[in-house]
Amino acid sequence: MELQKFQYDNKTVKWFAYATMFWGIVGMLAGLLAALQLCIPALNMELPYTTFGRVRPIHTNAVIFAFVGNGIFMGVYYSLQRLLKARMFSDFLSKVHFFGWQLIIVLAAISLALGKTTGKEYAELEWPIDILITIVWVVFGWNMFGTIIRRRERHLYVAIWFYIATFVTIAMLHIVNSIEIPVSFWKSYSWYAGVQDALVQWWYGHNAVAFFLTTPYLGLMYYFLPKAANRPVYSYRLSIIHFWSLIFIYIWAGPHHLLYTSVPDWAQSLGVVFSIMLIAPSWGGMINGLLTLRGAWDKVREDVVLKFLVVAVTAYGMATFEGPMLSLKSVSAIAHYTDWIVAHVHVGALGWNGFMTFGILYWLIPKLFRVDLYSKKLANMHFWIGTLGIVLYAVPMYWSGIMQSLMWKEFTPEGQLKWQFMDTVTKMIPFYATRAIGGTLYLTGALFMVYNLIKTIKIGSFLANENAEAPALEKVYSTHGKEHWHRWIERKPVQMMIVSLVVVAIGGIIEFVPTFLVKSNIPTIASVKPYTPLELHGRDIYVREGCYTCHSQMIRPFRSETARYGEYSKAGEFVYDHPFQWGSKRTGPDLARLGGKYPDSWHYNHMLDPTSMSPGSIMPSYPWLFDDQIDVSSTVAKIKAMKRLGVPYPENYENIAAADMEKQAKLIAANLNKDGISILPDREVVALIAYLQRLGTDIKNETKKDTLK
Amino acid sequence: MSVIFILISASLLIALGFLIAFIWSVKTNQYEDDYTPSVRILFENDVKQPEEEQHLKK
Repeated sequence: MELQKFQYDNKTVKWFAYATMFWGIVGMLAGLLAALQLCIPALNMELPYTTFGRVRPIHTNAVIFAFVGNGIFMGVYYSLQRLLKARMFSDFLSKVHFFGWQLIIVLAAISLALGKTTGKEYAELEWPIDILITIVWVVFGWNMFGTIIRRRERHLYVAIWFYIATFVTIAMLHIVNSIEIPVSFWKSYSWYAGVQDALVQWWYGHNAVAFFLTTPYLGLMYYFLPKAANRPVYSYRLSIIHFWSLIFIYIWAGPHHLLYTSVPDWAQSLGVVFSIMLIAPSWGGMINGLLTLRGAWDKVREDVVLKFLVVAVTAYGMATFEGPMLSLKSVSAIAHYTDWIVAHVHVGALGWNGFMTFGILYWLIPKLFRVDLYSKKLANMHFWIGTLGIVLYAVPMYWSGIMQSLMWKEFTPEGQLKWQFMDTVTKMIPFYATRAIGGTLYLTGALFMVYNLIKTIKIGSFLANENAEAPALEKVYSTHGKEHWHRWIERKPVQMMIVSLVVVAIGGIIEFVPTFLVKSNIPTIASVKPYTPLELHGRDIYVREGCYTCHSQMIRPFRSETARYGEYSKAGEFVYDHPFQWGSKRTGPDLARLGGKYPDSWHYNHMLDPTSMSPGSIMPSYPWLFDDQIDVSSTVAKIKAMKRLGVPYPENYENIAAADMEKQAKLIAANLNKDGISILPDREVVALIAYLQRLGTDIKNETKKDTLK
Repeated sequence: MSVIFILISASLLIALGFLIAFIWSVKTNQYEDDYTPSVRILFENDVKQPEEEQHLKK
């Protein structure tokens, strides 16, 4: 067989490695700022761009898609070439992929800081960026499948299967969850409403964790852990079983994010069952990783790369045990909306993703630059400081989460709620502070790494194109005589699979979406009416400022919640909510029935200075809402978009919407005037007050009517 | 709630895709040998690298 000479592309790997380091620091800094803002509210700086509601999405997006995203591509571009004995399919596509992805990140950071957001967690980016993501993702897939087709190694190593699953599933999740109607270039409404939107969002949200933070990293684990330990994975057979079982179970677990909400019970139970089943493949993989080091634990003592990888795999094991436990309804009843969830995801993010990335970087950079690591001592220091950081991050959050939840649920012997919500906030502050210290340590460790690797790069010499050789792939099937009719498909199985998937998915979306969604079968409640134009503007401000990052709008059917917030939430109440705003965390109280609870003037003063109305509050103030005018130019487009989504505004309502809006705004301004506050009715705060006063009131009107009968 | 049909059909579609991929991988003897691949990845690329290239590209 002829021996073919070719070269591995190390340049793209290097670029992605640099991007991983850079965005890692940026993402962690944003996280640290967000953490500090929770104990020192002054750090919100009274600027729209730096308030928690905008910083938090910047942090999550930067860490997930910029840090981990670039980490994935770095590892994939390095390992894929070597596993397939082939250079990446196209240098041009590699370039487009790299620069396209960085462009997306920069656009994301700017647009999120400016408040351009869809209001859906981990899918906040607006529609033009969504389209860009789709294009760059396809480029990545094209490059990867091209390489697979041109491979010189017949067997696809298990890591590659994990990469393929990542590509295919993320493509589908991203497209289905991002279907939205543009209102303008930087504003859109989710196609789905309320319960439907929640279901799609958490189907996406859960699987983004599964297929962006887990499967690609498992692929990396199966390549880099054996490489770093220089011994084969404990059981290759187990890794194959791990892959196929994980893939078939993972995608069904999403509804565990919505336990006790208005999502139907059977959907919740489906999510729980699959979540519990997930323990088996997850732990199979974790054990496979750890046992790879059997008889080589002495290496772990010596080798800093292995230290990072071992802690990463251990953190994966802990997080994937905890996840199914949190999916139990009785555990979720306590943990949901609290810091427990924050601790859970950070064990995954800091431990699994972070440490895996650090381990790979410490292994890869010296290899690419053909030199030893600049300082092993510094890397060891990074390891210990990082580990301590994770502990100091997670432990306080577990503690505070459970404590806060139990406080929320505590009744006095007289049957009254024992704690004001504010009591449970002030009790959290020492924990928030400790968490910020943990985060600082973790970030410091990462900075050590960047310094260490820059030094390594300086003394090393980079090899951009690495010579390699391998025999050409021999053709396995030779046909004699007449071919079977479907041979033509088999000849191009990969392209065929992608094309058919895309075709079927597009067809499915076009067919299903209008049929199922426009005439939705959510039990409608007659008294639930569409938002007035002013309320709609107010709602958009609520979304823009990221209020959902701290406030839920979903009262679960528990006595402790109905006593605190009012009647539990019904599915029919959210039919006009594009997007839904149920939230996932109660740093502040639930707002589902806020309407009518306080006078307009309370909201006015509260938005200007939260501590004036609720002493001890850690909510930022929003002074710009009092200067900025409501964007009336978009009213017509907004009403039109809502009508296209099936919201039943009267015919030609968009033409009289402006007048309606002015009337309602003047009413609120006059109402505020009665309390001695003078504000022009065209200010954003007026719209926001209109929305807040509307929240959850429709159903109250109904009960009022019923009692009148 | 009808959106769940979209989610289930999309999920099934993916599952079906992977089922086909699984059958393909078994039929093409991907898993005939479940030991060698794990060792093969450990072999380092020991092809000689041109020294001048190392110094040129940094």
